[in-house]
Amino acid sequence: MPFAVRKLRLRYTVPKVLMRGNHTVAEAAVRAGCRYYFGYPITPQNETPEYMSERLSKAEGGVFIQAESEIAAINMVIGASMAGGRVMTSSSSPGISLKQEGISFLSALELPAVIVNMSRGGPGLGNIAPAQSDYFQATRGGGHGDYRTIVLAPGSGQELADLTFQAFDLADKYRTPVIILGDGMLGQIMEPVEFRPEVPLRKLPPKDWTLTGAKGRPSRFIRSLLLDPVEEEELNWKLMRKYVKIAKEETRWETFESDDARMMVVAFGTAARIAKGAVKRVREQGLKVGLLRPISLWPFPTKAIRDFSKKVKHFFVFEMNMGQMVEDVRLALEGKAEVHFYGRPGGIILPPLELSRVIASQYYQKRLG
Amino acid sequence: MAAGFIEIDSELCKDCKLCVSVCPHRLIDSSEQMNQKGYYAVCFTEKDVKKEERKCTGCSLCAICCPEIAIEVYRA
Amino acid sequence: MKKVFSRPKSLKRTAFHYCPGCGHSILHRLIAEIIDEMNLQERMIGVPPAGCAVLAYDYFDIDMGEAAHGRAAAVATGLKRVLPDRIVFTYQGDGDIAAIGTAETIHAASRGENVTTIFVNNAVYGMTGGQMAPTTILGQSTTTSPGGRRERRDGYPLRLSEMLAISDGSAYIERTAVNNPANIVKTKKAITKAFHYQLEQKGFSLVEVLSPCPTNWKMSPVDSWKWIDEVLSLHFPLGVIKDIGDKKDAH
Repeated sequence: MPFAVRKLRLRYTVPKVLMRGNHTVAEAAVRAGCRYYFGYPITPQNETPEYMSERLSKAEGGVFIQAESEIAAINMVIGASMAGGRVMTSSSSPGISLKQEGISFLSALELPAVIVNMSRGGPGLGNIAPAQSDYFQATRGGGHGDYRTIVLAPGSGQELADLTFQAFDLADKYRTPVIILGDGMLGQIMEPVEFRPEVPLRKLPPKDWTLTGAKGRPSRFIRSLLLDPVEEEELNWKLMRKYVKIAKEETRWETFESDDARMMVVAFGTAARIAKGAVKRVREQGLKVGLLRPISLWPFPTKAIRDFSKKVKHFFVFEMNMGQMVEDVRLALEGKAEVHFYGRPGGIILPPLELSRVIASQYYQKRLG
Repeated sequence: MAAGFIEIDSELCKDCKLCVSVCPHRLIDSSEQMNQKGYYAVCFTEKDVKKEERKCTGCSLCAICCPEIAIEVYRA
Repeated sequence: MKKVFSRPKSLKRTAFHYCPGCGHSILHRLIAEIIDEMNLQERMIGVPPAGCAVLAYDYFDIDMGEAAHGRAAAVATGLKRVLPDRIVFTYQGDGDIAAIGTAETIHAASRGENVTTIFVNNAVYGMTGGQMAPTTILGQSTTTSPGGRRERRDGYPLRLSEMLAISDGSAYIERTAVNNPANIVKTKKAITKAFHYQLEQKGFSLVEVLSPCPTNWKMSPVDSWKWIDEVLSLHFPLGVIKDIGDKKDAH
């Protein structure tokens, strides 16, 4: 049994445990009531299926399957979700590409599910180093058709635990897939984590739409084939209304040193962690720089960024990719402020000191101090 | 019986000991010399066992089994 | 005295990154020796897997083209259809060919594609750290079959070579091993024969090679050779599984 799980079982108060990100995701999921996990090996998230194979074989009703491929896994997720279970799959960039048809289906069928992506360098086979180049894939639906999924971007081990736990509630509440967009570093990092207590299965919200056998009720079917364009259009509007509601209620972000900022850095996930260190450094030198960290990438904190543009006219977007979230920042600002982008793709992890120099250089170039 | 000898590139050796296990004359053994990678490379011990008259015949079983192609074989 | 054994020409002078005692190293050398002996270096195109041998092009001095995990049979099909007079082979692990790549492999065989597949079976997912594979045997402990593979929880192992033999498109399928000198020599003979069948356009050929993975089996290389003899080959018996012999082709 993984050492961290043994420790948890021994104490009844909730202590902090030192845990690897990939294990944290799995443990948080099980505590949220997830009993069904279907996955496949791919670095850098292998520890998640490994942990689940152990944890679910000991949890009552727990099912772990290492599927034959990521495509098979996402389709097992569809089946398990249709049957009413809280279900999760995890993978990394190339495997998430394989899952896109399934995620489009989950959205069209309005099925809850949690999908974890520990992004790696790409495109193609890429490498196993952390990257953020799946932002477009995650936030623009990713597969075919007009749909969106909720996308949460944790920035620490604790956030991995919290957001994974919440993801299941969000998925059930809105009947929609939720993507946890992490990266290889987050998956491997070992940090102290406090978990919520495990939710008993009988306390989970009931579902009145699942496929369980039509006993004592009319039969029902779950499908997304809508040959009549009028019906298909109506589904798209229905999804749109749902997404508007989600955008109103589930947008999340965080700011740091933003009150008197003349330049706002915008970054998510591991990049935000690096950016926070960089902002601290430049603040020590007297530069008035702040940080806005989107935590929900979809819905994106568009309004929060636009509000900042009343006082701040310079935004510095830092991503571990060739420029993806920066487009959403530009869209949010509608030309009201200047946007500078600095990106490092391929799995490069920039030290905060280096980033602070780039930020300072931009700050002085724009004559802000 | 043909006569033979082998040359082992100790920098390629990873001390898997497969050659040691297949040599019919027991003429290969791990050395006490660590190579650059940190392995105790194997060495050809025919010189050390001259008294016992165990001699290499160039059968090449060691080279066939060596994953690293670290062994070259000569035969008369 | 003359030199009777040395490094084949068709291998680049790169030291192998594989673990001590890994079967890949021996297999790479065998294939390179065959390429030398059959003088195929300029006609050969290989497709490596996603797995420990993903960097096979750092070793084989021939043209090689990457395939996504499991899709080598499809990539090979594309290559061979454009260049029918080249020798096209895939080199795949058990996860690559029998998990994610099952459909592509079965259909390449079914179409009777004139390509050769080298199926390296070490009963585990090596590169990603020792997860259960389709060919992991019952009772075998891996990181995703804790306590050992159990039928009801983890399913049964898959014998892909036997399944492919049913297909009318497959011309030659043999299972060998690289766990002792005699078997290594037999493996070389089998792969040579498979390449000949491709040259003669007889259809799909495959050699499954039981290969040691000392690191993930948690054994010494010498013990992992024994484990193949005493355990693994009982579940995956060595020998010819299909051979259309003198028939012109399997179609």
